[in-house]
Amino acid sequence: MSHTAELIIAKRVVQRSKRKLTGKDQFWLVFKYVSLIFIWFLVIMPIYVLVVNSLKGVKGVYLTTAFQLPTSLDFSAWKLAWSGDTKTFPGLSAGMGVAMLRTLVIVIQSSIISAIVGSINGYVFAKWKFKGSNLIFTLFLFGMFIPYQAVMIPLVRVATISGLNKSIYVLVLAHVIYGIPICTLIFRNYYEAIPNELIEAGRVDKASMVRIYRSIILPLSIPAFVVVLIWQFTSAWNDFLFAIFLTGGNPKLAVATTQLNFLTGSTNQVYYGLNMTSALLVSLPTLIVYIFLGRYFLRGLLSGSLKG
Amino acid sequence: MKSAVASKPRPLRARIGGLPFLIPSILAMAFFVYGLILWTLNMSLTNKNSVGVKEIKYVGFKNYSDLLSDVTFTHAFTNLVKFTVVFILGALISGLIMALLLEKGIKGEGFFRSFYLYPMAISFIAMGTVFNWLLNSTTGEDAGGINLLLQKVGLGFLQNPWYASQSGAMYAIAIPAVWQVAGYVMALFLAGFRGISDDMRQAARVDGASEWQIYRLVLFPHLTPTFLTVVIILGHMSMKVFDLIVGINGKGFVTQTLAVYMWQATFDNFDYAKGTAIALVLLIMVAVLVLPYLRYVNKHEEFR
Repeated sequence: MSHTAELIIAKRVVQRSKRKLTGKDQFWLVFKYVSLIFIWFLVIMPIYVLVVNSLKGVKGVYLTTAFQLPTSLDFSAWKLAWSGDTKTFPGLSAGMGVAMLRTLVIVIQSSIISAIVGSINGYVFAKWKFKGSNLIFTLFLFGMFIPYQAVMIPLVRVATISGLNKSIYVLVLAHVIYGIPICTLIFRNYYEAIPNELIEAGRVDKASMVRIYRSIILPLSIPAFVVVLIWQFTSAWNDFLFAIFLTGGNPKLAVATTQLNFLTGSTNQVYYGLNMTSALLVSLPTLIVYIFLGRYFLRGLLSGSLKG
Repeated sequence: MKSAVASKPRPLRARIGGLPFLIPSILAMAFFVYGLILWTLNMSLTNKNSVGVKEIKYVGFKNYSDLLSDVTFTHAFTNLVKFTVVFILGALISGLIMALLLEKGIKGEGFFRSFYLYPMAISFIAMGTVFNWLLNSTTGEDAGGINLLLQKVGLGFLQNPWYASQSGAMYAIAIPAVWQVAGYVMALFLAGFRGISDDMRQAARVDGASEWQIYRLVLFPHLTPTFLTVVIILGHMSMKVFDLIVGINGKGFVTQTLAVYMWQATFDNFDYAKGTAIALVLLIMVAVLVLPYLRYVNKHEEFR
C-alpha cells in the first residue's frame, strides 16, 4: 500500500552499531557524500539554468554563457514572458500569463471533481464489494495504462460533435474521466487500511452506506484527498497530449504547456531568454506544490506503480 | 482481508454492494476507454486516409499491412526500440545507484531524496525546452551548453551533436528522459529496500557475509518484485513517450517515435485510418506488457 510505503521510505534507519568508524567505513562515507553531491548537481542543473537565464533579460542570453550567473539582474524577460508583446515579438500571440491562469481554472476544477469521484469509487471498491467488483476495478486500472492515443481520434470527434471543444471544459472533462482509475486506486488503497469494524459498527446502528461514508469515512479521508488533489493538479497541469489534441488548433484555449510549446516552436523568434523564462514560469506552480507537499506527491507516485 | 460483508448471506442490498454509486464511473470508463478503443479499431479498418475521402469503406487490415512497408513507421519503431533500451537501462541503473547511496540511512537523506525526486513534478514540455537548448549540436570552437561544459571539464571527446545526430539522436533524447525519472526509480527501490526486514541483514552479517554478499545474496533477490515493477513502469512510459520528444525536437524525423508519428499522421495529414492503426499498435504493445502485470497484482491482492 502506497501509504505505508511512503512511511517506510521516510523511516530513519537506526544506526545499528555504535562502534567507531574504521578507515574503510570512513572511505565509503566520503565516497557516498561525494557521489550524492555530484548527483545533486546533475539533478539541479536544468532548474539552475532556467533561473539564471531568466534573469539575464530577453536578449542577453547566449548558449556559451548558459551556466554563468547574470552580471546584473534584469527582470524584463519575466514581464514579457508573462504578458506577451505581439508588437515586438510577432511569434507570441499572448504571454504565458493568460494561458497559465486558464490552466489553473481547468486544473483546480478537474482535481476537485476527480477527488470526489475517486473517493466515492474507492469507498465502494474497498468497503462495499459485490460480485465482480474486483474485475471492474481491474478493468478501471487498465484505463490508467493505456496510451491515450488509442482513444484520442474518436475523442476529438466526440468533442467536436458535442461542441465541447469550444470551451475549456473539454479538458476538465478529459482529466476527470481519464483520472478516474488512479484516483479510485489511491482512495481504494487508503480505505482498505481502515478497519472493517468501523463500518460494522455503523451497520449495527442501522446507518446507511451514505451515512457511514459521511460520518465515518470522510472525516478520515483528508490525507488521501491531499494525495489525489496534488496528483491530479500536477498531472493535469503538466498534460500536453490531451491539450494539444483537444484544443491544439485553438490559440484561445491554449494551456500552459501548449502555449509554451507554441512559443518555443515559433520559427520567427529565437529569444532564448524568453524561452527559458516561460519554461520556468510553467514549472513554478507544480514545483511550489512539490516543495510544500512533496511527500503527498510521492505517495501518489508510488500508487501509480500499483504497489510500493 | 475480505470484508465480512461478502461472506455472510445477505439481502440484495448487500449483494449489489455499492454498485449504484459506481454507475457513473462505470459508464464513463465503458464509453471513454473501451468504447473509444473499439471506435479506434473500427476507424483503423476503413479507408479514411485523407480529408477527401467521401465514401467510407472497410478495407480490412490494409492500414496495418501498409504500416509494415511504411519507411517512416519502421523508422519510428526502430527509434522507439533504441530509446526504450537506453531509457530503461539508464533509469534503472541511475535510480538503483541513488537508492544504494541512500538506503542505509545517511545524514541529509531527506534533503537528497526530495531534490532527486523533483523532476517528476515538472512537465516534459518545460524540461524539453531546456534540453532543446542545452543539448545544442555545436561542437569545438562554437560549442555551447552541455558540449561546452564537457569541454571545460576535460571531457571534450564526449562532445556530439546530440538529438541532431543521424544515428544517435534517440540515445541523446533518452538522457533527459532518464534525468526526469531517475528519482522515481530511486523512490521505488528505496521502498523495496526498506521493506526488507533488518533482521535478514543482521543474520547474514552474523553468518560472516561481506557487505557485497549481503547485497547479492540477501537483498537483491528480495527486490525482484520491485525490479519487475520498475521495468514495467519504465517500459510503458517509454512506449508512450511523446511530450518530451515534442518538447525537445518537435516532429523532427530523426527523433520520431510511434506517438509522434501518430500525431503527425492525424494532425498534419488528416490520415485518420493510419493514425488509429498506429495508436492500436501502441496499445497492443502496452497491453502485452501491462496485462500480465495487472493479473499478477490482482492475484496477490486476493490473498490479502
